[in-house]
Amino acid sequence: MLKRLLAITTLIIIGYWLAQGLAGVPFGQDRMLVGKYYLEHVVEQTGAVNAVTAVVVNYRGFDTLGEVTVLFIASTGVGALLWSRKKRRTARTEGSIVLTTGTRLLAPFVMLFGVYIFIHGHLTPGGGFPGGATIATAFLLLYMAFVTYEIPHRAFEKIEGAVGMTYVIVGLIGLAIGGYFLYDWIWQTWGWGHDNIGRLFSGGFIPIIYTIIGIKVGTELSGIIDNMIKEEVSK
Amino acid sequence: MISVYYFGAISLILIGLYAVLVKKNVLKMLIGLSIMETGVNLLLVSIGYISGRSAPILSEGIGPNQAVDPIPQALVLTAIVIGVATTAMALSVAIILYGKYGTLNVEEIRRLRG
Amino acid sequence: MNCMSCIEYIIVGVMIASAVLAVEWRDLLAAAVGMAAVSLFASLLFFMLQAPDVAMTEAAIGAALSGAVFIFAIKRTQRYETEEEEKPGWWVRW
Repeated sequence: MLKRLLAITTLIIIGYWLAQGLAGVPFGQDRMLVGKYYLEHVVEQTGAVNAVTAVVVNYRGFDTLGEVTVLFIASTGVGALLWSRKKRRTARTEGSIVLTTGTRLLAPFVMLFGVYIFIHGHLTPGGGFPGGATIATAFLLLYMAFVTYEIPHRAFEKIEGAVGMTYVIVGLIGLAIGGYFLYDWIWQTWGWGHDNIGRLFSGGFIPIIYTIIGIKVGTELSGIIDNMIKEEVSK
Repeated sequence: MISVYYFGAISLILIGLYAVLVKKNVLKMLIGLSIMETGVNLLLVSIGYISGRSAPILSEGIGPNQAVDPIPQALVLTAIVIGVATTAMALSVAIILYGKYGTLNVEEIRRLRG
Repeated sequence: MNCMSCIEYIIVGVMIASAVLAVEWRDLLAAAVGMAAVSLFASLLFFMLQAPDVAMTEAAIGAALSGAVFIFAIKRTQRYETEEEEKPGWWVRW
């Protein structure tokens, strides 16, 4: 009881403090500084129409490489913590006929939609992170519907490693050509796609990087699902 | 007068903090952490909003002066994905705790230590 | 214009209500579903704040994958939050 009272007092103090701080930041007013520069120069500097994508992949690409590394470490950590010698799926009830038929029909289209999201990341809302999550959702659907389904582990591990290496290689090519890591060599040096801004073949290396991120996020989240759903069998 | 978005974000942060401070179940604490994370994301995006402007996708009719701030959205976009991965890692630690102690109550785990 | 702000108030209210329920329910499975509902309403709010990228990510991850991961963890541990102290009523417990 005392603990709850203390907690509620703390919460009231913190809430008052947050509200006081936010009273100096009025809602809905223009206070862009760096964002204004990005919005004015995004099309000529990166070729992407979607400014959020340009900020994530191009202006702050090194940051995104760090985020992908954190994701990889978390996925590896789940695998290492839940590791055991005998692991298999323990589900006993089969999926109902609605679930299995619907999954057979829908899973390829869900994956196709995920691929669409991350290839068109520089034109439409979305990008590699939601696209990869959509692909992982398709694998979750497969796991739910079929009691013996498992992802192809070896292929997934190889794809994950190769794709992560490709990200670094793209950055290193930029270092060799333009002088800094993750320099946009396709857009700035080669100048591809300057005349069709707003169509698919534009945006420099943004579609390539976002395809890499999408595949990486999809395989890693599928790996997390696989590790969480399989249990140790004790005999 | 505070905006309704700020009010919702602050409420989510406080509710999540209440769960982390008071509840004894580890999974309930992690649910509180997830709610807190959603609240922080909502706060960041609502700070970047400018009233009367549209999404930062520069198509025809939407120039640089008619778009909201793209930077908070870019930060939040990556933070959500990292959040679910770290939550999964914390949940696997909770599964190991349950396998070792047979309970998820933090006070019992503290008593059984050693 | 008035109706638009009405929708905002309703969504924020439902979101806070589902957050309170997610924290207060003893059944952890129901609490995980409440947490997914919080994410879903938050993604609606992101869409209203002109952030479609964030809205898509939150809907795909917060509402689907996060809830699924919690449900797997509950399946491997226990479903109900045990509380050994006796509870005379919710008003005292709170």
